[in-house]
Parts: sequence; structure tokens; C-alpha cells
Amino acid sequence: MINTLEIMETINMIREENLDIRTITMGISLLDCIGDNADISAGRVYDKITKKAENLVKIGNDIEKEYGIPIINKRISVTPISLVAQSCKGYTKFAQALDLAAHETGVNFIGGYGALVHKGYTKGDIEFIETIPEALATTKRVCSSVNIGSTKAGINMNAVRQMGQIIKKTAELTADTAGFGCAKLVVFANAVEDNPFMAGAFHGVGEGESIINVGVSGPGVVKCALEKVKGADFGVVAETIKRTAFKITRVGQLVANEASKRLGVPFGIVDLSLAPTPAVGDSVAYILEEMGLEKCGAPGTTAALALLNDAVKKGGTMASSYVGGLSGAFIPVSEDAGMIEAAVCGSLTLEKLEAMTCVCSVGIDMVVVPGDTSAESISGLIADEAAIGVVNTKTTAVRIIPACGKKIGDIVEFGGLLGRGPVMPINSFDCSKFIARGGRIPAPMHSLKN
Amino acid sequence: MKAVITVLGSDKVGIIAKVSSLLAKKNVNILDISQTIMQDIFTMIMLVDFSGSDCKVSELGEELEKCGQELGVSITIAHEGIFNSMHRI
Repeated sequence: MINTLEIMETINMIREENLDIRTITMGISLLDCIGDNADISAGRVYDKITKKAENLVKIGNDIEKEYGIPIINKRISVTPISLVAQSCKGYTKFAQALDLAAHETGVNFIGGYGALVHKGYTKGDIEFIETIPEALATTKRVCSSVNIGSTKAGINMNAVRQMGQIIKKTAELTADTAGFGCAKLVVFANAVEDNPFMAGAFHGVGEGESIINVGVSGPGVVKCALEKVKGADFGVVAETIKRTAFKITRVGQLVANEASKRLGVPFGIVDLSLAPTPAVGDSVAYILEEMGLEKCGAPGTTAALALLNDAVKKGGTMASSYVGGLSGAFIPVSEDAGMIEAAVCGSLTLEKLEAMTCVCSVGIDMVVVPGDTSAESISGLIADEAAIGVVNTKTTAVRIIPACGKKIGDIVEFGGLLGRGPVMPINSFDCSKFIARGGRIPAPMHSLKN
Repeated sequence: MKAVITVLGSDKVGIIAKVSSLLAKKNVNILDISQTIMQDIFTMIMLVDFSGSDCKVSELGEELEKCGQELGVSITIAHEGIFNSMHRI
């Protein structure tokens, strides 16, 4: 039998240190729903999702009760809708079908209202992307992502320019909720096809019919483990994080196996990301501070995050049969109590966040900037993040909210897991001539591996 | 199927009696019990077997929670799989 100390360690992780399974996400292919009539095709989308994911929420809740581990979110990701709907147009009908299907199945978000345009656009892609603001403003649970660059293809700067405008328009259309639509919109470089986390989840075209991907969490558990090795050198710090990540991930693997078996859907991957929530004690920033930083953002922050990210992967990889998704520490400002504090007191800046994204997943995430930030400045930020991702062969992303009518120092409340974001300053010098050039930034030298 | 029940709180008369009578009513067999005081908190751990019972872990969990409220202690139940996963390779 497992001994008392081990049992109490697990119970404490769950009760006191916020260990949870962040999400069980069912990926569903919609390629067989394509048709030349939008009403019929969107109907097929609704039917397929509601049939496949009929029991997702119930089984998630059953596993939660049986194993005593909270499973915070049950979600669905689908084939990027630009691919499904290009032959019939009527894109927003698909957004409505996704929203209805999410409501019917009881999931809180459904991801995949997106496009893959990292090298170029089809005519349909351009039209589709223009519908994103309306789709996000008129639906509750639909999330959108657009991939605008990859290490193999370079960066589609036309798409970068368009996405700056799309983010602005989304913020304007959802101004009554402080630009909440932008919290459901991610611009990626090197997007992954099996990411279970929202808002960037979609079911890639290389995936099977349907799949179960699981995202674990537990920043609080890592922080508490580090409290026990105060002052120890970095070898000990890394080892402690690895051990903790191993234990956390084993639970993720268990839940993934169980969900896969009960739903009759193949297991895909466990995503090893450390995902914070606004709850005190569930913060990635606090882990960095526990390593000896007065505030997240202080010199040393990038190194601390690099160590954390690497150790989580090393520990987690050994605990799961298939690792995938984004697998790294998240740094969403509004969703992390420590990041919010650090941004409010001026320790954490947009430039420091950009540096941090070089060593972790995913990017400039849930950052609120003033409402009068130009579309070009947002495009410039997207280009910078994409460059980091493309050159370093990693995923990067931008999920930024130019909150209408808000200025630096204001606080924007999103509520729930999305938290509250302080409006942060963004460099206001002009980059519009740079963004106006368009075209494609070539793939880096090291993409030529064949 | 086996599960682990933990009881945490201040010690008092009748905790084991109350929990074990509930288990007996559900035909859930107790395989092992240990109790200790950890950091001044009464801690009891039971390994139980559901193989002879029609009751589900989640149903028993709800009744144990009520039972815990009456006793003024916190009671949890979890499938042993979560502990094995985390602590055994």
C-alpha cells in the first residue's frame, strides 16, 4: 500500500496547492463536413460535434469525482473552419453552429474558428479572417486562432498586417465587455496541431478522426516544493521542479488514459504546460519570485523562467507516453496573480515579457494595452513575436487586448479564469511603414535541414 | 476496485465508528486503516475495496462529505489509481 506520507502529499497538492487537470480537450475532425451549401455543411458540423462530444462533460465530471482530482475545463477543438467552409462561404454560420454545439455539449470553449496562412493566403482565407471579429462578438464560446508564420515558411507579413486590424476591430465590436473578444483570439507562429489549451486550440489536419488531449497544471505545487529548498543552488532547484513535474504529469496521463477509454476516443498527448490561474497560490510569477526575485520582471527573470520551463519538460516527459501541445510555462498576465502585481507596480513590462517568450511557451498572452494603440503597432508586436518563434523553432503567439477607452494604469476585469488585466504601456513610436511593406519574410537559414 | 479515504480534523469519539458503519451499509470492505497525528491534525487513512459493492466512488464521496460535516472533519475519497500513478512507477 502507498504510505501515509505519500497519500498526504497527493491530498495536499490537490487541497492546498491547487493541483488540477486544467483541461480535457476533445479534438474533432470536420473534414467530412465540407460541402457547397453553408447551411447543410454547418448543420453537419453541429451534428458531428454534438454526437462525438455528447458524453465529454459527463465523463470528465465522473473522473473528477472518482479520482478526487479537479478537472477544471472540458473543451473541444475542431479543424480550422477556413478549411471546412471555403467551398461554401457563409463563415459566420459555422461560428454559430460551433457556439450552439458548445452550448449543447456543455463545454465552456470551442476552438478552431481559424486559418493557417503562414506562407500564403487563399481567397477564402482572406474573406474568412475578415469574419473573425463578428464571429467573436456574436458568439460566447467560440475561440479563434490564425497561424501567420512558421520556421519552414517564414512570416506572412500580409497576414500580420491584417491581424493587427482584426484585433482592433474585435476590440471595438466587443467594447462593452472591455474587448473580451480579443481574449478569444490568438495569432500564432509555429502553431501546434494538438494544443489542448484555449484560446489557441484547433484540431490539425494531420490529426485523426478525433482525439483526447489533456493539459495538466500546478504552478502552486511547484512553488510549494521550492519553498522547501530555500537558498539551495540551481541544481537542487531544477531537480525539485523535475520531480514535481513528474508527479503532476503522471496524474495527467492517468486522467488522459481514463478519459480516452471511457469516451472510446484515442489518447493523443499530455501537454506539460504550467498554466496559472488568477487564484493566489496558482501563479507562475510566484515560482520565479520563490527562486529569489523581488518581483517578476526583475533582472534574472528570463533565466529563472528558462530553468523552470526546461525542468518541467525534463520531469514531465518521463511521466507520459506521448507529450505534445505547447508544453511549457504560460505567462498570461491577466490570468496570473503574481504577473498582475508585477505589471501594476511597474516591474513587468511588455519588453521584458517579449524577452521571456524566447524561453517559454507561448508569447505575449492576455496583455491589455491602451485602446488607442494603432493596428500597426499591434502588427509590429505580432511580427516581433513571430520572429522569435520562427528563428528559435518554437511556438509563439500574441493574445493582446487593446481595451477601448482604457488608458495606462486602468484595470480591466474579464472575470473567471481570464482574470483582470492592468493596462500596460506599449512603445508608441511608429512602425506603419514597416508593416505597410507586406510580402513574406523568408524562412531562416536553419530551416533548410534536408 | 480500491479507493483511499482520508479523514482530517480534530480527534473525537466515534469517527471510525461512523465512517465504518457507512461503509458497511454500502458493502464496501475495509482492507487497511492507519491513523496518526500530523502537525497537530488527526489524520486517518483507509484503504477500501469496492468489489462487493454496487455503490460508486462518487456516490460514496457525497455521503462521506455529509458524514464529515456532521463530525466536523474533512473526508475525501479517491480511486487508489491517483496515488499509484503519482508515487509508483
